[in-house]
Amino acid sequence: MSAQMEAHERSPEHRVPRPAPPVNDHAARNEVQSDPLRADSAPANAAAGPPSAKPAELFGPGVEEKMRATNLNFFYGKSQALYDISIQVPTNHVTAFIGPSGCGKSTFLRTLNRMCDTVKGTRVEGDVRLDGEDIFGLDVTSVRRRVGMVFQRSNPFPKSIFDNVAYGLRVNGGLSRADVAERVERSLVRSALWDEVKHKLHESAYGLSGGQQQRLCIARALAVDPEVLLLDEPCSALDPISTSKIEELLLMLADSCTIVIVTHNMQQAARVSDFTGFFLMGKLVEFARTEQIFQAPARKETEDYVTGRFG
Amino acid sequence: MTEASRLRSRHIVNNIMLGMTGVFTVFIASVLLFILGYLFINGARNLSWNFFTQLPKPTGELGGGMANAIVGSAKILAMATVIGVPIGFLGGVYLAEYGNKSFAFVVRYVTDLLNGVPSIVVGIFAYTLIVMRVKHFSALAGGMALGLMMIPIAVRSTEEFLRNVPNGLREGALALGTPKWRALATVVIPAAKEGIITGIMLNLARVAGETAPLLFTALNNRFWSPGVNQPMSTLPVMIYTYALSPYDDWHQQAWAAGFVLLMLILTINVSARMILARSRYSGGR
Repeated sequence: MSAQMEAHERSPEHRVPRPAPPVNDHAARNEVQSDPLRADSAPANAAAGPPSAKPAELFGPGVEEKMRATNLNFFYGKSQALYDISIQVPTNHVTAFIGPSGCGKSTFLRTLNRMCDTVKGTRVEGDVRLDGEDIFGLDVTSVRRRVGMVFQRSNPFPKSIFDNVAYGLRVNGGLSRADVAERVERSLVRSALWDEVKHKLHESAYGLSGGQQQRLCIARALAVDPEVLLLDEPCSALDPISTSKIEELLLMLADSCTIVIVTHNMQQAARVSDFTGFFLMGKLVEFARTEQIFQAPARKETEDYVTGRFG
Repeated sequence: MTEASRLRSRHIVNNIMLGMTGVFTVFIASVLLFILGYLFINGARNLSWNFFTQLPKPTGELGGGMANAIVGSAKILAMATVIGVPIGFLGGVYLAEYGNKSFAFVVRYVTDLLNGVPSIVVGIFAYTLIVMRVKHFSALAGGMALGLMMIPIAVRSTEEFLRNVPNGLREGALALGTPKWRALATVVIPAAKEGIITGIMLNLARVAGETAPLLFTALNNRFWSPGVNQPMSTLPVMIYTYALSPYDDWHQQAWAAGFVLLMLILTINVSARMILARSRYSGGR
């Protein structure tokens, strides 16, 4: 849906006063580009609030910024997948990205740990910072150690359960066997899998159920103590019981880890996240507290999406 | 034409085509079974314990065996593997994991061309390059000729099986901050190892029967050939030599050697397929 269509379809009951609708595509793009910043800072009741508000006003007192993307553009060959994304990710909270398929939310997630580097013919413009450091200036392996990732399809290695979790520890090196064993146990406990697997640690990871395999992948990512954990639709292939286990897990982990989750499932975003970003056609339309996104979105596109009018 | 007669003619055409595919399938299978059966009857009949334990007897004397040729074949195949497989394996890893578009295309193309080079040309090549230079036939030259022949298939089968490894495994390893070479060595290659080993074994089974390159390089030897620097007897060359001889008992020995060689190749083939059947990422091959 283009911003131009949106201008025509805007319903009269739309509650947030907005500037005059754009008249052409070019203007529409400019407006959408600049809007996320305003959405970042806008308190729920005043879209006309100060445009230069600090992230602290969005996050609330005592919440620090963990990661920040500024004016990020992303290209697959000649086609542009992300347009001018600017966003701050809060420390030790759960941030969710929602949006229809192909809107760029997974692509954006993959720029946060530079997994996008692994795809040939792609190009990133703009800036991504982790604790203020430019991740494209850091060594890629150290970025990925600090920013872990869990994928849509669980991808345990063809090794034992123990060796899967120990993998990242062994790559990093410097730990005794006893330390590795202790960290493996702690990670499995943290990912709520320990009780189910403690008697078969040395059996193949492929003997586990789909949900267990996905929690194993979370344990594997947690073993190296990442500061940020990215999850790319981690529950899309799982049944509701496995899904709820992973959601509980995320809520627990958020005490000690910054979590960013991409999800197709809006209820899931509403259940687990503190902040939600809505992506549409490669743009970040709105980023705000989750309650606000679902109860009082500032943008018409967001409201249409979360109320199920499209997408 | 009425609907019914159209349908009838379709049925007839269908039955003819189906019948033809069946006839030709049976024909192909029976050719194979005929060769196997003929070799079994003639070969197994002439096989004795002595065949595996004794050296060839001098011309005119009955009995004797081909122990030296069996050991010689094993030694030359081992040399070929040591020479050809590491090069082919690393080339395959390069093509599957690192190759950029244009250079990889050239490598792949050249590899396929190399695969098409007739074995006798490979023999002449090894002859010119090694035998002419050191001025005598040697087992090492034979091993190098067969090793060269193993490279293209080793490259392409390694590449193929690495490509069958799901990308999720690569990403999972890289996302933990693993350097690419380490992710390859500890996750991707182990996941493909059954396939890669199978490819190497089938490759070995293919060159085990090669005769032409060995005629130019390892030649033959009626005695034990210690080391790798002397001419060495192998089963295919023994079959060639004995089958062309005017002696009946040599013909029988050649049948026996053919049978042993075929059993060797079948064993390698079957065990390769069994290894592959255990593999998770074989891509159904």
